[in-house]
Amino acid sequence: MADDIAIKVENVSKDFSYTRRKAVTVKSAFTSVFKRKAKDEKTVQHALKDISFDIKKGEFFGIVGRNGSGKSTLLKMLAGIYQPTKGNITVNGKLVPFIELGVGFNPELTGRENVYMNGALLGFSEKEVSRFYDEVVEFAELEQYMDKKLKNYSSGMQVRLAFSMAIRAKADILLIDEVLAVGDADFQRKCFNYFKQLKGLDTTVIFVSHDMTAVRQFCNRAMLINNGIIQNIGDADEVAFYYSKLFADDHDKRLLQSNKYSGKSDYIKKLTIDIGEYIALSGLICPIKDLQSPIFGFVVKDSSGTAILGSNTKMLSQRTGTLKKNSKHTFSWRFPNILSDGEYTIDLALVGEDGTSIIEWLEEIGRFVIKKTITSPYSVMPEITLKLTEKK
Amino acid sequence: MKKLQQRYRYSLILLKQLVKTDFKLRYQGSVLGYLWSLLRPLALFVILYVVFTKFLKIGEGVPHYPIYLLLGIILWNYFIEVTSGSITAIVGKGDLIRKINFPKYVIVVAGSFSALINLTINFVVVGVFMIFSQVDIRQIVVLLPLIVLELFIFSLAMAFFLSAAFVRFRDINYIWEVLMQGAFYATPILYPLSLLPIAAAKWLMLNPMAQIIQDIRYVLITPQTQTIDQLYGTQLIRLVPFGIVLGTAIVATWYFRSRQRFFAEEV
Repeated sequence: MADDIAIKVENVSKDFSYTRRKAVTVKSAFTSVFKRKAKDEKTVQHALKDISFDIKKGEFFGIVGRNGSGKSTLLKMLAGIYQPTKGNITVNGKLVPFIELGVGFNPELTGRENVYMNGALLGFSEKEVSRFYDEVVEFAELEQYMDKKLKNYSSGMQVRLAFSMAIRAKADILLIDEVLAVGDADFQRKCFNYFKQLKGLDTTVIFVSHDMTAVRQFCNRAMLINNGIIQNIGDADEVAFYYSKLFADDHDKRLLQSNKYSGKSDYIKKLTIDIGEYIALSGLICPIKDLQSPIFGFVVKDSSGTAILGSNTKMLSQRTGTLKKNSKHTFSWRFPNILSDGEYTIDLALVGEDGTSIIEWLEEIGRFVIKKTITSPYSVMPEITLKLTEKK
Repeated sequence: MKKLQQRYRYSLILLKQLVKTDFKLRYQGSVLGYLWSLLRPLALFVILYVVFTKFLKIGEGVPHYPIYLLLGIILWNYFIEVTSGSITAIVGKGDLIRKINFPKYVIVVAGSFSALINLTINFVVVGVFMIFSQVDIRQIVVLLPLIVLELFIFSLAMAFFLSAAFVRFRDINYIWEVLMQGAFYATPILYPLSLLPIAAAKWLMLNPMAQIIQDIRYVLITPQTQTIDQLYGTQLIRLVPFGIVLGTAIVATWYFRSRQRFFAEEV
């Protein structure tokens, strides 16, 4: 194996076979010896099919894919937890997996004891743990809690402790699986800072994530796994783009039905979303009772549920006047399409004149997908101009 | 070579922590804590003393019969603790096995060491009683560590086999429980071997547990204990129980090694 390669995966396949009844008993083992025909129907699931790739030393390598695509299986094989059914995996250097934070944490032990246990799993002797013990506690901000049992910790405290242990691990290769999915914003910032540090070192990092922003930001290279095969491997931006496209394509099909708004609302009878240079929402309101100058608004949310833009008649200083019972009113909103790739949902809301009494709030009443040719890690892409002039 | 050393180091670190954790957790929540390790054999001794010196007088020919009994029982208990405890050891650590790759045998060895600590404490209690009862301590006592080693290896081998087998066959624990209840009576623990017809005694003594218990009683308590070589009239017969121990160790190690790759998927 070439010296600059950290991990070499050659023609690896992984099958999981399930027999009908999962727990085998001694009796059934005996009877199946005698009754060959009683062999249960075996269903084989091909989690990975003949995968080959290399990861170079010092690389920050992303693995992306949908749930069930086989990426976790691959990660477990890289970590040596699962054995490949076929093929070879060669690992060059000390590999530490973070499939989960705080592996081996025991709720019945104190924080201190757990640090030593977790340290042992990461390959640290007691002496070595003692040397950095104070730092760990300080970093986790848990000075007063170390002699309390872990079961009395909040989940946030546990994660903090686990993370401050995890970053002690001295590895040539780190496997990180969705660690960022837990913890609050502050904790995520800590994680990102740690990754930034790692990028400067020689550590090879393999990073499995659903967060394309993180993948674009950190990874030199990435790989998209879909249905057990490598669909795309190469530049992280490109792979992230294909990953988003995977969802977009899927949604296009669904959208054909879902975009046609069914009209379960009492007030809003129609909603159409047009996407072009501008995004236009238009529809029909038919009140079932008289509404005195209601406030009418919308919110656009991204796939994580964060409201990213919206407006209403009050903000726009637009008086709606009286909407009579059973009358029909059309509406249309329009805003420049500055959204970057992804899936978005729309809430529509009708609120009373006072601004507090909700007449109707329709969550995720509309859904649309943006697919642009240029990609960006940021959620909005307004037109940005740059002028670079040399100063004389 | 360096890699091998590294792996060995990792196993040792893990082993130490696992044994420590086990010891800490064992008596957690109990008021007397570690004292129970001492109190249990003590209480057992009191019961045995009352039953076998006041009511059942089957061991009259054997000097220091209550200690003799106590010793047999603590040795048997060690064997049960290691083997029965090991059955669910791998499955019980399933959560860990699914998340990190580490030498799995450490789990089983750790259980065995925890039991060994317990056995040592028990030996201390026995020692105290021996002093009080003025048991004659002879030079042959130096053989004790060797016989304990045999016991350690035999128990550990069974533990390897059982823990690996349980991952696939989940009724092993019930089978083992029943089997051990039978084996308890098929081993001369509660009764002196002299109660049995010679032919039966000869068969029973081929069981390594019987050979080990009788040998330890012989070296510690009284030369009146019937050992396997006395029964057969030759030291060569020891090759049979030794062979069984060795055979079990080889088969169990091979089985455990071949199965452990699949633990993560099967637990």
